Amino acid sequence: MPERTLLRGFRLVDPVAGHDGTTDVLVEDGLVAAVGPGLAADGAEVVDGDGLVLTPGLVDLHAHLREPGFEQKETIETGTRAAAAGGYTAVVAMPNTDPVTDNVAVIAEVRARAAAAALCEVFPAGSITRGLEGESLTDIGEMAAAGVRLLTDDGNCVGSSRVMRLALEYARPFGVLIAQHPQDAGLSEGWQMHEGHYSALLGLTGVPAEAEEVVVARDLALARLTGGRLHVMHASSARTVAMVREAKAEGLRVSAEVTPHHLTLSDEDLVTYDPNRRINPPVRTPEHRDGLRAGLADGTLDAVATDHAPHAAEEKEREFDLAPPGTIGLETAFAVVHTELVATGVLTLSELIERMSSRPAALLGLDGHGGPVIPGRPANLAAFDLTAEWTAGERPFRSLAANSAFLGRRLRGRPVHTILGGRFTLRDGEATA
Amino acid sequence: MNKHLLSVRDLSREEVVRILDTAESFREVGTRVIKKVPALRGRTVVNLFYENSTRTRISFELAAKRLSADVINFSASGSSVAKGESLKDTALTLEAMGADAIVIRHSSSGAPYALSSWVGASVLNAGDGTHEHPTQALLDLFTMREHFASFEGLRVGIVGDVRHSRVARSLAFALGTVGGQATLVGPPTLIPPEASGWGVEVSHDLDEVLPKLDVCYMLRVQRERQRQQFFPSVREYARLFGLSRARVGRLPEHAILMHPGPMNRGVEIESEVADLPRAVITDQVTNGIAVRMSLLYLILGGDASRAAEAEAKEAAGA
Repeated sequence: MPERTLLRGFRLVDPVAGHDGTTDVLVEDGLVAAVGPGLAADGAEVVDGDGLVLTPGLVDLHAHLREPGFEQKETIETGTRAAAAGGYTAVVAMPNTDPVTDNVAVIAEVRARAAAAALCEVFPAGSITRGLEGESLTDIGEMAAAGVRLLTDDGNCVGSSRVMRLALEYARPFGVLIAQHPQDAGLSEGWQMHEGHYSALLGLTGVPAEAEEVVVARDLALARLTGGRLHVMHASSARTVAMVREAKAEGLRVSAEVTPHHLTLSDEDLVTYDPNRRINPPVRTPEHRDGLRAGLADGTLDAVATDHAPHAAEEKEREFDLAPPGTIGLETAFAVVHTELVATGVLTLSELIERMSSRPAALLGLDGHGGPVIPGRPANLAAFDLTAEWTAGERPFRSLAANSAFLGRRLRGRPVHTILGGRFTLRDGEATA
Repeated sequence: MNKHLLSVRDLSREEVVRILDTAESFREVGTRVIKKVPALRGRTVVNLFYENSTRTRISFELAAKRLSADVINFSASGSSVAKGESLKDTALTLEAMGADAIVIRHSSSGAPYALSSWVGASVLNAGDGTHEHPTQALLDLFTMREHFASFEGLRVGIVGDVRHSRVARSLAFALGTVGGQATLVGPPTLIPPEASGWGVEVSHDLDEVLPKLDVCYMLRVQRERQRQQFFPSVREYARLFGLSRARVGRLPEHAILMHPGPMNRGVEIESEVADLPRAVITDQVTNGIAVRMSLLYLILGGDASRAAEAEAKEAAGA
């Protein structure tokens, strides 16, 4: 790799610096060296912008990389290759691996494997409770010292109010997020999809939006009680948005994320019993979807997170209720949200980059990601062709898995380059490693 | 006819009438000494049953045999399925053996949809999870038609565990297609609130509904639902929603009683009520064979005759 790269004539969209205009960016020794029009190449390798948009690299708060333990679904290498292909330079890896990332030894192992692949920076999430069992707290302080920024029992909801209270309280000095998968166990027993018109029609067991809402309401009360930092994962209900909006107005330390599929799909999309659209939490009605869009637009929902959930083909090619829930998302997230929300005027491009990069980076406290793109900062960047049209699944995914809820969907906007610490991890739409 | 029968919602009113009319002509076959016609000779029908079912499987088997098709019964226990084979691999195996139609019973809602996406054979849904049981609804309509001149405005009370009943779903949808009026009756925990969007009426008071009915259709109540607390006790259920001798007196003289079987005598229906002349439960069973013959004939025979036609044309052209 050359030490110096001149990104010439890109439209730089940088929500933190408030920049949106054509410029050059010089990258030197992994850092942004200069930003401005007409920079001299001076021996640097020149990459022409040619109409591409340059942004801070995307940051995903929520990805399942599956390693260790479930390498038939995804590995850290394939998952980070998918991330790079999607324009991501940082992802948070969920802890429901085997063994669970509930201690510094597993955290260190995940980080080491990610460093070896060198395709995307990986921040392993620690679990809130040992073994995801919902009972006793993990060594949160020790994990925070080892670089953990977010703790979650994702996949499981921390059901016990007492344990959730203690987690929010205990974690406070370490500056980490306590991220909840909000889902009441009793209301969600045996669920297969959103409870409503379509679950009744399709004969599938429903889970009402209230299963999420009762936990969000309780957790917000606990955030008020403790002053802890609560993060609501994959919001699926419009009333969750309303509660978070109110809590933020009150000044509670709460943040929330939403997935591309909850922003764009609804329960009607399950009429063919496509197991790739069996997702936890389920996609709900168009009214909920519209509430989520409004919440993302007004900033109530801080971030778009993929909940990238790869599964092996033989696990998904099954009867609907026997297939494990989840869709992959890293490679389609930008295009899906761009197509459905930016092209339709719900979000500006700058707001999209804020929700997919700057804001999640800030929530995690990552200095090196999310911009601003100014001299002296690590060169973690992504470039997109906003006019490119493509069909999800038309070429093989870089992920080991192919269980996308968006297969066959026409999308507009495509990652072209991803740069991690000054090195291309995606170049001209091709993985570089 | 469509290539598959996955849901009654895929059938038009004309198609339903055609299925019932065709069944009418096949019903006569069952009364002959030699109960067989050659319509599907050389065709292969596979009964793929992942749930125990005696009457539906036997009914399909007899229907296929009376049409002279070759029939293979494949049940999940004691087969490759018990060794962990997936539905997809089982389906591809049956396809490779030349199945023309696969009749599937499965505990997962939507399993016939998945099957139809993997195989070239026609798929007939013989009951999937808590979704649908289309052939049951069609044989029920056939049985009603024996007693009533028209479906238009026919008032049918469907009583019991609608939430978990594939029979109730298919019957309510089918009645909507042919112009009948269904009323779903049961405790609120056993009737999905969204059912009001199906063009049906909903009631929680059986005594109030009975005098208005032409057909009183009792659903089987699974004791497992009591363990899940959908109703507090079998005793209370029987008292509120069981069809007792006294309740039968509230029905109009002309009203008939139906039940998809197998019955829980003493729970949803009192034993002597089930044996009244106005209970047409065994007729439903008899008619099931004719209706399934009709469906297999229309779905498979249609293809064969088209193919033969094409062949003849080709030969004529050459």
